[in-house]
Parts: sequence; structure tokens; C-alpha cells
Amino acid sequence: MEVPILKQGEFLIATIQAALSDADLEQLRMALIQRVVRFRSRAVIVDVTAMDVMDSFASRTLKEIAQMIRLRGAETVIVGIQPEVAFAMVQLGITLESVATALDLEEGLVYLSQKFKNLA
Amino acid sequence: MIKRNSSTRASGLRNPQAVKLTLSEAPSELLRELVAHLRQNRTQLREEWVGRISETRLLTAMTKDEIFAEATSVYDSYVEALETETFEALQAYARNLSERIIPRGVETHEVVGIVLLLRDVLARSLFAKYQTDFRKLNRILDAYEPAANRIANTVAVGFVQERERVIRQQQEAIRELSTPVLQVRERLLILPIIGVIDPQRARQLTEQLLRGIRTNRAKVVVIDITGVAAMDVTVANHLVQTVEASRLLGATVIVTGLSPEIAQTLVTIGVDLGKMNTVGDLQGGIEQAERLLGYKVVPS
Repeated sequence: MEVPILKQGEFLIATIQAALSDADLEQLRMALIQRVVRFRSRAVIVDVTAMDVMDSFASRTLKEIAQMIRLRGAETVIVGIQPEVAFAMVQLGITLESVATALDLEEGLVYLSQKFKNLA
Repeated sequence: MIKRNSSTRASGLRNPQAVKLTLSEAPSELLRELVAHLRQNRTQLREEWVGRISETRLLTAMTKDEIFAEATSVYDSYVEALETETFEALQAYARNLSERIIPRGVETHEVVGIVLLLRDVLARSLFAKYQTDFRKLNRILDAYEPAANRIANTVAVGFVQERERVIRQQQEAIRELSTPVLQVRERLLILPIIGVIDPQRARQLTEQLLRGIRTNRAKVVVIDITGVAAMDVTVANHLVQTVEASRLLGATVIVTGLSPEIAQTLVTIGVDLGKMNTVGDLQGGIEQAERLLGYKVVPS
């Protein structure tokens, strides 16, 4: 299932709808990096509100997405991790360290605008 | 208890004339006779029982009048259970009784003790009554013993079950009371923790906090552990996990009030203190939180 990716000015917003297969995650990774290059985006927001589990593969893929996008000079923010999912993740020792996180899409945009304002 | 002479019974079987049970010796008849005896001698037996209770110093938490009143109810329920051979009513009574006496500080061994004393008092009166007819005494005891044991069991189990129910209820109440998540400013939550944290409470705390972060859209959380004396490695790990999980929801956690012992524990388990934001006391923690949120405190 393809993940919809929207362009919002200099940002890209990818909204994950439901449980993603490993293949879907791979596809998301490729789609994102292609678009970051094509649109010269400054940041990517990945909205995982609809995900009710986050396993180690998904977490690793998100970290890799963030790393790849950083190589293009862009920022990644993961938003919408649910309380139960966050709890399960830390218990399994799955962290998203080195990736920025925010409560939801709104907070993610606030974070990015503050960050870019400071750099400007 | 009298030692049963099994050869008496065996010889009875071998004797064809004695094999057939007369109607007056059928189990149900015997039970009826037994119950009648217990009812007839109710006053005397009950008194004897209450005497034994004070002799053995049981139910010291209750007054003499209270003991007498409860003894009457227990005696009557006992005899009724023997008579009807059903135990549901007794079970319900046992739980009801437990509900009343547990807050008075009555212990399990006391409840089991008095029921066994009643069993003994009644058995003795049976020995006295049937002492001339050994065979009949045996048959009466055959009817009495299993029922009496079941009664003792039922009452004891009922008492223990009620105790466990009360304990569970209290634990739940304590847990709820002890983990308030307080919003003191826009986007700022405070979680003051007091007392002992076991892994279960730590888990509940984390769940409550994460839900609170989402509901209040908190950006900063101050967890104050001034009131926590000690923390073992498991719970310290829970604390670290709470900090990490909060970050996944976009909130920064400031931990305040670490005692020297807890600071030692954290260092020992190798917590990356760069990841954990700590400040000496709650006041300092709130001040830093306000700074993070962009508040400026101005004296008026």
C-alpha cells in the first residue's frame, strides 16, 4: 500500500495510514528520498498516528530515512506516536534517538518553523 | 477425637443380621437426630463455646457482648448448614461476617480457631450423648465429621477471600491516589511521586503520564522524586524508559529531587545522564521548564 506524500511548501508530509509491510516501508523510503531531491525539500514530517505498533524493522527504517534525508541537508520529524506504542517501544529498547519527534502534525510544524527561524 | 475401631465395623458386616441398616440409622436420619440434639442444647453448647473462646484468648478485638451476638449467628448458621447440607448460605454469611470483623482487626487464625472450637464442643457433646452406644456414636460421627470439616473450610475460605478483596481494593485506591499528573501551566505537567515505587506502580505512572502528555499537549514534564527514598535498578530503568517514551511524544522531561542514593543507582546502571535532564529541586525544575517554554518570570 502506497503511503501518500504531500508537499507543503518546503516540507513533505508522509501520512502512514495503517500497518505497513516491510516492503511498503522500503517503498516509502525510496519515494521520500526521491521527492526530497526533486522538490529540494528542507524537511520531512512522517505522521505515524495511525500506527498501533512499531517494531524494530519499522523503527530502523525510519532512522535510515532520517539519515538519508539528512545527507540531503534536510530534517526529519516523526509525529503522532501513540502513548501505548511509545511505551511498548521503550520496553523493547527500540529508540528513535537522533530523530526528532513531536506530539502531532501541528507541533511538528511549529518545531520546524522555530528551527529554521533560528538558522535564518 | 476417638480412634475408630475398624474391626467393629468389619465384624458388623460379617454378621448378616447386622448388615441391613435400620431406618433409624440411615445417614439422613442420623443427621436429623444430630441436628435436633444441637438445637435442643443450643443455649448450653453456645455458652460452652463462648467460654472456650475466651479461654483460648481469641477475638480479643471484640467485646463480650459482640462475641456473644456473633456466636449466636455462627452457631445457628452452623447447625443450619449441617441440616440442609448446603453451604451457599454459609458462604454468604461467612463473607458478610468477615466484612464486619476485618475492620475490627480480627485475624485469620482467630476465625479458623473459633470454628474449630465449635466443632470440638459439638463433637464432645455427641461423645457424651452416645457414649453407651459405641456403634451408634460411630455412625453419628460418620454423618457429622465430613459436614463439620466442610463448614470449617467454607468459613475459613470465605474469610480469606474477603480479606484478599479488601487488600486489592486498598492497593488500587493507593495507586490511584498516589500518581497525580498536574498541569500547572500551559504545556507544563508536574508529576510528584511519593512513597514506594514497585514495578507495577512505575508502569501505571508511565501510562498515566503518557496519556496526560497527549491530553494536555505538554511540551515539558517535571517528575519530582523528592518523596522517593530508594529505587532499585528495575524501577530506575522504568524511570529512564518513561523519559524516553515522553520524548517520543515530543515532551522534554526534567527530573528533580534525586537523592544521593538514587543518583548513585542511576550512575551504577549506566544511565546516559546526558539524555536525562536533572535539576536539584522541584522549584528549580519548574523554573527551567518555564524557561524552556519561553516564559519569563518578572517580579511585579
